[in-house]
Amino acid sequence: MQSSLMIQAQNLYYEISGQESTIKILQGLNLNIAAGEQVAIIGSSGSGKSTLLSLLAGLDVPTSGSVQIQQQKFSTLDEDGRAAVRGQLMGFVFQSFQLLPSLTALENVMLPLQLKSQKDAKALSIEALNKVGLSHRVQHYPKQLSGGEQQRVALARAFATQPTILFADEPTGNLDNATGQMIIELLFKMNADAGTTLVLVTHDEHLANRCHRQLKLENGVLNETVNGLATA
Amino acid sequence: MKSSVKLYIKLAWMQTLSLWRAGALNVLVFALVLAVAAITAVGFFTQRVESALNQQGGMLLGGDLSIQADHPVPAQYKSAASAAKLSSVSTYEFPSMVVNGETNQLAEIKAVESGFPMRGDLTIGSTISETGNVVKSIPKSGEVWIEPRLATLLNLKVGDVVNLGERSFTISAILLREPSRGGDMFGFAPRVMMNASDLDSTKLIQYGSRVKYQLLLAGDVLDIQRFYEETQAKLGRGEKIQDVRNARPEIKSALDKAQQFLGLSAMISVVLAMAAMLLASLPYIKQSLDTFALMRCFGASQNTVLQVLTIQTLLIAALSALVGVTLGFFAQLGLAQLASSLFLESLPNTSFLPIISGLVASIAMMAAVVLPHMWQMRTLTAINILRRETLIQPLSALARFLPAVLVLSIMVFWQANNIKIAVSTIMALIAICILITGLAYVMTMLIAKLFALTPQNPQLNAIKLGVQGIKRRFGLSTVQMIGFSMGLMVLMLLALIRSDLIRNWQASLPADAPNRFIINIQPEQVSGVSQFFKEAGIANNTVFPMVRGRLVSKNEQAISAMQWEDERAKRLAEREFNLSWAAKMQTDNKLLSGKWWTEADHGKPYLSLEQDLAKTLNIKLGDQLVFDIAGQPLKLTVTSIRKVEWDTMRANFFAVTPPGLLEQYPANYISSFHLPMEANATLNKLVRTYPNLTVIDVAALMTQVRNIMQRMSDTIEYVFAFSLISGAAVLYAALVATQQERIQEATLMRVFGASRQQVYFAYLAEFACIGFIAALVATIISNAMAYYLSSRILDIPFQFNLSLALLTMLAASILIPVAAWVGFRKPLNLSPRQLLNSI
Repeated sequence: MQSSLMIQAQNLYYEISGQESTIKILQGLNLNIAAGEQVAIIGSSGSGKSTLLSLLAGLDVPTSGSVQIQQQKFSTLDEDGRAAVRGQLMGFVFQSFQLLPSLTALENVMLPLQLKSQKDAKALSIEALNKVGLSHRVQHYPKQLSGGEQQRVALARAFATQPTILFADEPTGNLDNATGQMIIELLFKMNADAGTTLVLVTHDEHLANRCHRQLKLENGVLNETVNGLATA
Repeated sequence: MKSSVKLYIKLAWMQTLSLWRAGALNVLVFALVLAVAAITAVGFFTQRVESALNQQGGMLLGGDLSIQADHPVPAQYKSAASAAKLSSVSTYEFPSMVVNGETNQLAEIKAVESGFPMRGDLTIGSTISETGNVVKSIPKSGEVWIEPRLATLLNLKVGDVVNLGERSFTISAILLREPSRGGDMFGFAPRVMMNASDLDSTKLIQYGSRVKYQLLLAGDVLDIQRFYEETQAKLGRGEKIQDVRNARPEIKSALDKAQQFLGLSAMISVVLAMAAMLLASLPYIKQSLDTFALMRCFGASQNTVLQVLTIQTLLIAALSALVGVTLGFFAQLGLAQLASSLFLESLPNTSFLPIISGLVASIAMMAAVVLPHMWQMRTLTAINILRRETLIQPLSALARFLPAVLVLSIMVFWQANNIKIAVSTIMALIAICILITGLAYVMTMLIAKLFALTPQNPQLNAIKLGVQGIKRRFGLSTVQMIGFSMGLMVLMLLALIRSDLIRNWQASLPADAPNRFIINIQPEQVSGVSQFFKEAGIANNTVFPMVRGRLVSKNEQAISAMQWEDERAKRLAEREFNLSWAAKMQTDNKLLSGKWWTEADHGKPYLSLEQDLAKTLNIKLGDQLVFDIAGQPLKLTVTSIRKVEWDTMRANFFAVTPPGLLEQYPANYISSFHLPMEANATLNKLVRTYPNLTVIDVAALMTQVRNIMQRMSDTIEYVFAFSLISGAAVLYAALVATQQERIQEATLMRVFGASRQQVYFAYLAEFACIGFIAALVATIISNAMAYYLSSRILDIPFQFNLSLALLTMLAASILIPVAAWVGFRKPLNLSPRQLLNSI
């Protein structure tokens, strides 16, 4: 287990200092995620799920504590150092898709590949769009696509770089049930095919239950749950 | 009703304030203020010159009426005037040499009779640096008043003695101000004012002297009016009458041209400002929509919303106009400082008229930007607005830009005040826009192709992404490029004209090109002048005879100035020609058609004409022309057309006949030659021997022409500074308009692992490209214009200024990205998490 540890968070604190009081969002949180594991982080609105995700992905730094990726220091790296690790290992799917409106579906998928100087960026992107069933819409702009289609482009973009870890933040939050279901099927299928480590943030317990592990964020710490019941 | 209007005004005011605080109005208001300032600065200035011409016509004229002639004003006018109970004063103006010991200087002599000026006054002093005293008198006999410029040039002071012609005069005062004198542009030589009773004793007025004879009249308004009407019908050749309404037509016409030119220059700022406003209106409209949606939810009617928006629009327009007009007023002070003395010595205060035009322009521009959105909001429901359905279905480009284009066109027509000029200005603007759009398209394609061939590398990829940004935001990028290239283009063109064209022209002159002209040489003085050439060792010299004649008819048809539309043709038909004779054609002339006479032709009534003159007056080979020479008709047949190299600075003639034809008429002579530095003393001796000779120092004249050009281009640059600032406003507005998109782009790049450096590279590359393309277009257009000017109009060789072109492109590719980066570096420095939250 130790040898294939992918993400390790130790004693994470995250606080926001206001003018009058300090809001403590994470309070000494610990987390280990093994390679290839699928982990769901659940919790109520404002519990700090997205904050935790952004700390794990290095989009932000903790007030104290540390995050390690593949047992290498991560949260203590500088901004560009973390960006390099992200570019190398991580993929993202966001609740609000985060496609660039001025780029076509293909260009959106190509963007992270281009940043990595991937040689056959275009071919890889077309292949990824094929996998999500959008081969006929490669030249369309986000505003010409439905919400489900936009999220499929985002999935293609996330998997095109063949990431080791995929972070998904409420990937179905902006979609209707049926479309959301379809996206989930696709997400898990692609994840299984690629053997990616998945960190999924959601408030949908149904979705969470499809993951190997469910962790509930409450009062700034994580509790392991089985079918929604806390075990710790 | 009243209370509701009050409420609307209050609502509109509060909303305007909150929009201002939220920063949604900054760029919009900044652009509007700039445009209003540019328009009103030009408006204030031209209006001041104009009101000087209108209100102070009498002062500028020196009387209520002026009869001017190129020959002595016939005595009947004076007697008719006294019969009509009008008082009169005669003046004489002509160029002549002022000699002070070993030095001399060409001056503009004005001999006046006592009673001058009949309207207005003169200011004289005892030194050149004092404010002086206002007087209504003239120099006493034996005394002259000189302008400060002459005092400086010849190192003269009050009490010194100078020679004018054959007489010496004591300088009794410095003439500090003479309202009837124009500005720099109209008086090349400094003024010397003398008493007309001394004129004869100077022996300066001889055959062939160019003298402006003038009879000034003053009297009761009705008498003046009657006399004006009666006299107008009786005017002979070379005579004209002016009243205060059309006093100083030469200044009026120069002002009209300046007004047109400055007005249209200001329009470039307006075009750019409108572009900035259209871009900057997006956040303004978006924020306004939020408020209006809420107002609709709370029960406000469609009408209420529209009225509040109208009041809000007017408020913003009026407040911006207020600031703009104030700025325009102060800017105008600078403009007047730079340009006023070109027209008039001093200017009256401004009037309120430009304030109104500034306000109207401001409202029109603001309305053009907001109106399309208002029109769209008319049918929107609250839920539409809340769901941002206006933004999902954006206005068609036509609907969004049509009002702006209309307002712009109206303003161009207003400033040009001439359909042809307005249409060509609009066409030129469209052509420039098309050129920039096309070039931008080609350049982005080329750069993309180029990058496809380069090796893969993170930095290069970032640059590639940045350059592709131009393609992604093609419309916006093009607007920015148009903004910059217009500003740069004008500055480059001015730089090219001001230094390069003049330098090239001077370089095209041989070192021994004539630098002095002597005019007014009388027949008996020719041998003396030749003797001077021998003494001074000037080999390359010729003395040309000149006989003055007026063109009376062509092929039996009488010629009148009225029959031509062209100003130059009118002038040529009106004035006297200098006819000369020669056995051989001058070496700098080229025969274009017909043939030059042989010895056998001498004495025959043949004529050789210069090509431009022949073209202007529509005269062809074989045409028969009749000239009136000293009252006698002389019929000549055009036997050849010549091209003349005027640039050689040699004396040349429009009309030349064979020898043996004109010798019987009274003539005077002209010579041009290169005076070596060491021969100055010999020339002074010549001038002292023959005081009636007028020596024109071409180099000094050139310096003055250059000074005037310098002043004019300073003025133009001043007006175009507004264009450059407006260009910056466009850049900033485009940044504001695309900020959300750019932040999102930068954030995602960071999330996907791009380093900060890569993001900067992409961003800087995009703007470096915009700057480069703008500078490239500016270089192409300004050089094409300079080429046209030099080869077609000035007829001098054009030389491409590579260093200026490179410098401009380099500067634009560095400064524009730096400016853009200054406006955007803050969001780039935030963490991706914060950025994601803010999207």
